[in-house]
Amino acid sequence: MEFFERFAIPHPSPAIYASMVAIAVVSIGIVVGLTYFKKWGYLWREWLTTVDHKKIGIMYLISALLMLFRGGADAIMMRAQLATPDAKLLDAQHYNEIFTTHGVVMIMFMAMPFIFAFMNLIVPLQIGARDVAFPRLNALSFWLFFVGAMLFNISFVIGGSPDAGWTSYFPLAGNDFSESVGTNYYMLALQISGIGSLMTGINMCTTILKMRAPGMTLMKMPMFTWSAFIANIIIVFAFPVLTIALLMGTTDRLFGTHFFATTNGGMDMLWANFFWIWGHPEVYILILPAFGIYSEIISTFSRRNLYGYKSMVASMVLISLLSFLVWTHHFFTMGQGALTNSIFSITTMAIAVPTGVKIFNWLFTMWKGKIRFTVPMLYSVAFIPLFTIGGVTGVMLAMSAADYQYHNTMFLVAHFHNTIIPGVVFAMLAGLTYYWPKFFGFMLNEKIGKSTFWLLTVGFVLAFFPMYITGLDGQARRMYTYSEATGFGPLNMVSFVGAALMAIGFVTIVYNVYYSYKNSPRNIGSDPWDARSLEWATHTPVPEYNFARIPQISSSETFWDSKKNGHQLFKGELKEIHMPNNSGVPFIMGVIFFIAGFSFVFALWVPAVIALIGILVCLALRSFEQDHGRHISVEEIKETEAKIGGAK
Amino acid sequence: MKIDQSQPLEYSTDQNQLNILGFWIFLGAEIMLFATLFTAYFTLQGRTGSGPTPGEIFEITPVLIETIVLLTSSFTIGLGVHAMRLGRKNAMLTFFGITLLLGLVFLGVEIFEFTHYYHVGATYQTSAFTAALLTTLGTHGAHVTLGLFWGLFIMIQVKKRGINPATANKSFIFSLYWHFLDVVWIFIFSFIYLKGMM
Repeated sequence: MEFFERFAIPHPSPAIYASMVAIAVVSIGIVVGLTYFKKWGYLWREWLTTVDHKKIGIMYLISALLMLFRGGADAIMMRAQLATPDAKLLDAQHYNEIFTTHGVVMIMFMAMPFIFAFMNLIVPLQIGARDVAFPRLNALSFWLFFVGAMLFNISFVIGGSPDAGWTSYFPLAGNDFSESVGTNYYMLALQISGIGSLMTGINMCTTILKMRAPGMTLMKMPMFTWSAFIANIIIVFAFPVLTIALLMGTTDRLFGTHFFATTNGGMDMLWANFFWIWGHPEVYILILPAFGIYSEIISTFSRRNLYGYKSMVASMVLISLLSFLVWTHHFFTMGQGALTNSIFSITTMAIAVPTGVKIFNWLFTMWKGKIRFTVPMLYSVAFIPLFTIGGVTGVMLAMSAADYQYHNTMFLVAHFHNTIIPGVVFAMLAGLTYYWPKFFGFMLNEKIGKSTFWLLTVGFVLAFFPMYITGLDGQARRMYTYSEATGFGPLNMVSFVGAALMAIGFVTIVYNVYYSYKNSPRNIGSDPWDARSLEWATHTPVPEYNFARIPQISSSETFWDSKKNGHQLFKGELKEIHMPNNSGVPFIMGVIFFIAGFSFVFALWVPAVIALIGILVCLALRSFEQDHGRHISVEEIKETEAKIGGAK
Repeated sequence: MKIDQSQPLEYSTDQNQLNILGFWIFLGAEIMLFATLFTAYFTLQGRTGSGPTPGEIFEITPVLIETIVLLTSSFTIGLGVHAMRLGRKNAMLTFFGITLLLGLVFLGVEIFEFTHYYHVGATYQTSAFTAALLTTLGTHGAHVTLGLFWGLFIMIQVKKRGINPATANKSFIFSLYWHFLDVVWIFIFSFIYLKGMM
């Protein structure tokens, strides 16, 4: 029995028991359903073994949406607990666990896969490539992300959730103050998915540098591809820092080292520094691709080319450099001294300059444009003022002297949600609506989409703007309750109402998918939005080889040129196409990584070592494998092209 | 598979070029990885708690052997790649074999060095300094260990399949990896050992 006790939940509650039952029921339901409908083979052949960047993108998308609801459930519980003073819905421990998992899930397992989804779906199409540089590595990246997410998500029913905040600061996250295995889950789940992200970064950089269609110089790349490129460069340089920080955190917790301990020379602030040297660039890894999506959408729906292309690129490059030079602003109050704080104040404020350039470029793109207020455009238009408010409060926080007042209050919580929700989440939803027809062959309903937009926007303003006020009045973040005498009650109730509106908004997205699947027309052609860049030049649905002939590029809006100025996009004869073979190895490696991660969490050394050997065996087999891919013959291409809308 | 005869064999196909560029980017990430370890080490080297200081545990002899052996192996793998470009399979295999043997000697001496640290009371758990030292050295050592297996697999493939675009590509990438480990070692030697013994 003693062996099994370690898997027990340290702080059980009826909600957790209900979740256990729900997880068991859903898992059994999935297995029974797959068996009943005889879909195991389909699942294995078409999805689990796929190396196609479009299918991997769709899997990222589904995972991101699932995690959005997991993180959203955490959010609504927090807001419900804080809606009234002295509420008893959650106790302090449970609240700690929920704000921790909310943060990690939303950043690592919702926002990251969402941007990876769009990078996978769009980048190869935008540069006229047939796939990414390393298709199998791409599949492995996805599975590592996925098992990392699953490992993190089972924590609350097996062994206990992490409870030291998404930043997991030491010494709080050390064994002395976080006794449950929760923080082990944090360390290992992030490690596994972080390795996946790093490999995506390498993969995407190589793809963008080497696989562009003929004629596409760097300065003729569509803006989303540029943003993805810069974001992936940041990934390559930021994620190794997290790898090492997590490694040290893991050994501190599992092997009793003293990196971040308060005894034997350990230094707790080293964790905070490493965490934010990764963490701040991470913010830009998320926001730059979001900017890229807005750039595509705003120019499409203003029927104008993007204003200030070169300055857009230059500002992103500048942001990527500055992103590595601001990390200390996350802990101005930790006693670095006035000089250090001043330097980091200035670098932080400097980021507002290139970001401002981008804001004006979007405004000038819309200036005198023929704007169509479709759902993606609504999100983009709302993004500009809302994000600017978030940016301005960011500059307020950047003033290190004033930060002593804002630090660790709800003001900060309001600020970063104000940048992440209109910045990243709105972009993802705008991109989802915009690119949906390309990959699923039908449009999402505009009417429902617009109500989603309004629910989310009004909900967002109601939920987060009151926090600016309560924060300035001194309401601390991460406190599970407050007394009536503080007077925070009414504004927190407004926040709760806003959060509830947002929750309804997210549910309407699911309804929209269902409704549109049933009712939307399927004869929408390959370019339903009258768009401008290359991803719209191929058929809908996109054939597995993307383009029957590799396109010839004339400008950053080649597709628009081909529609309006008679540029000939596809020239020459059809040729045989070489494609990579599917492989089950990435999925199997993912499973082994999961076993390894789980075993490390509970310090089960025998299975941990076996799993690590399993990973090395997979690598060795891959080294010896000879896989030359397969060729799609010209006849087959002609057949496919005829079936999905005629050769272009 | 299109083979471009004007390029060296390891660059001769599109996929080969992708592999090499991808690996260079990976090495960029590796630089950040070791840079983080060095940062941790420099931050924690004076924080010895009740444990020994760097000067008390470092010994020059094993470190010098490790350095000479590893630097030599970097030279021999360069000769191996040169032989590969000349298409001389046996010479290439010999130089790769010498490289891996030198790597094995390096690893043996490093294990001896670690047991020495253990005996003088500088274990993984002793202090922040020892943890940072052993993690930095250990990460490098783990890279070398992985490289030994990887190199061995590539040698078997070259022996069985000959020098072709695929095996040449793998061998070249492996040589980049091996040189990189050497560069990291130079930093370890200069800024951890020499600085610690001064």
